[in-house]
Amino acid sequence: MADDATNLPALEEEKRTFTINFGPQHPAAHGVLRLVLELDGEVVERVDPHIGLLHRGTEKLIEYKTYLQALPYFDRLDYVAPMNQEHAFCLAIEKMLGIEVPRRASIIRVLFSEIGRVLSHILNVTTQALDVGALTPPVWGFEEREKLMIFYERASGSRLHANYFRPGGVHQDLTPQLIADIARWAEEFPKALDDIETLLTGNRIFKQRNVDIGVVSVEDAYAYGFTGVMVRGSGMAWDLRRSQPYEIYDELKFKIPVGKNGDCYDRYLCRCDEMRESVEIIKQCCALLATTPGPVLPERSKVVPPRRAEMKNSMEALIHHFKLYTEGFHVGPGEVYACVEAPKGEFGVYLVADGTNRPYRVKIKAPGFPHLQAMDHLCKGHMLADVSAILGSLDIVFGEIDR
Amino acid sequence: MTDVVKPLTPAEELAMHVSGAMPGAVDNTVIAFDEVTLEAKADQIIPLLIFLRDDPRCQFQTLIDICGVDYPERVQRFDVVYHLLSMRKNKRIRIKIRTDETTPVSSAIPVYPAADWFERETFDMYGVLFNGHPDLRRLLTDYGFQGFPLRKDFPLTGHVEVRYDPEQQRVVYEPVKLPQAYRNFDFLSPWEGMNEILPGDEKAKG
Repeated sequence: MADDATNLPALEEEKRTFTINFGPQHPAAHGVLRLVLELDGEVVERVDPHIGLLHRGTEKLIEYKTYLQALPYFDRLDYVAPMNQEHAFCLAIEKMLGIEVPRRASIIRVLFSEIGRVLSHILNVTTQALDVGALTPPVWGFEEREKLMIFYERASGSRLHANYFRPGGVHQDLTPQLIADIARWAEEFPKALDDIETLLTGNRIFKQRNVDIGVVSVEDAYAYGFTGVMVRGSGMAWDLRRSQPYEIYDELKFKIPVGKNGDCYDRYLCRCDEMRESVEIIKQCCALLATTPGPVLPERSKVVPPRRAEMKNSMEALIHHFKLYTEGFHVGPGEVYACVEAPKGEFGVYLVADGTNRPYRVKIKAPGFPHLQAMDHLCKGHMLADVSAILGSLDIVFGEIDR
Repeated sequence: MTDVVKPLTPAEELAMHVSGAMPGAVDNTVIAFDEVTLEAKADQIIPLLIFLRDDPRCQFQTLIDICGVDYPERVQRFDVVYHLLSMRKNKRIRIKIRTDETTPVSSAIPVYPAADWFERETFDMYGVLFNGHPDLRRLLTDYGFQGFPLRKDFPLTGHVEVRYDPEQQRVVYEPVKLPQAYRNFDFLSPWEGMNEILPGDEKAKG
């Protein structure tokens, strides 16, 4: 036996990595992600994300639909904050057609964009806690999400796939009761957020799992094309709502929370503070809506359906309604890029129009896509257990990455 | 004789600066909807990207997107479109180059590491080849997928469908069988810009 053992050290010097599959059905994969991990012991050597398991060909489908029919596809991208996506597509169409959005519609759009941000951040903060072992935060967080989704339903008729933002404005006005209820929720929510934070922010286990994990330097953030919380966590105060303001963001008072170290914990803190800022914006919007009556869609525009009452008497209105919902309106020719600060980062739409009623090409720039591709860079040298913490703090939703 | 010189907009200034500094790379600049588009030579894309990233007046350090657009009627049928963002200067720029099915484009990974997946996606969807890409695999489509789905000549329904076969106890691939053809209506108004002569029109003139 001793003779055999002398042969062994030569073998041991060879690198003995082994490969495991993380997902596609793993609770911490946040959907259908297959990570092929190469491990040296418990240390991650290489991460190869295999994506596309939720690929539905959204961009191809949109090329075969009219502009109004294409809009609901945007709800189905980042299904955690649906209206923020619709917003980018509406902005692209409006930019190309030169439509002015009525002020009341702008306020409603900002209001629901911020509700979407809170929806997304609650989900991310609490499920990240779940990924590192805390079971209570998701239960508390989902109670709040439920209230917000009921606001979605009361505005648009649907809890998730809203189809509420339309080119030119929003589909319907909000009832005064709904605005009052949203304002009351905005008063109550910081208390619920405080409760969730008492479970996590000072929690020793949560900090052990997140502090100094997945550190993103400023250079990394540039090189890997990061946007949103991924750059703000590293101390760069970059927010499209402030730097390239759209709708009424330049009139509103809000702060942009930035982190210091760029680790998972700082990104968590950024998201919590952003929720508080969003609540402030929601309060300001509710106050503005009370003093700003008016239409929520432009009057007499070719992209907007006529009022129901008008259609009873006017032949032209009836024809317009029929043509709008069969042929749709014509856009272009030209190309535009419009983007919004979605909860996960910069969500952009590159629209190439050829002057017909259908988009020639729509490229959806999903914020999660460049974030996920940096997994290999971020995880290298970390332990296996940190992979799920890093993945959680990237804020991944497969609807938008796979499209 | 007082010529009023209109001050340049920031977009025009940027377009002039880049096309002046890289005259060999930029064929044309277009400013539309307050966005700058550079139409560039495909073989000059890497020097152009390096210039845009490092020039102190540009500083486009964030790669936002790379995507393809297909124009099947052209000889060089694909546009490859790069979107860049400068967080320091708060500016955006778009670069378009042209290529075809066989001519590879230089990979932008040495300039922007983020280009990796964007180029893989463009290859996956359009079949545009990228020279020097370390790992040009398909990204979004199924393992073993054939064809390039976002090309205009690829049918919306695709070519194969999958189902679970209880007899073989596995998922099987089969040619697409649709009980009804995809209903692709052409709603474009015939009375907008109509210039064909309908049967019977010649009688009206008498």
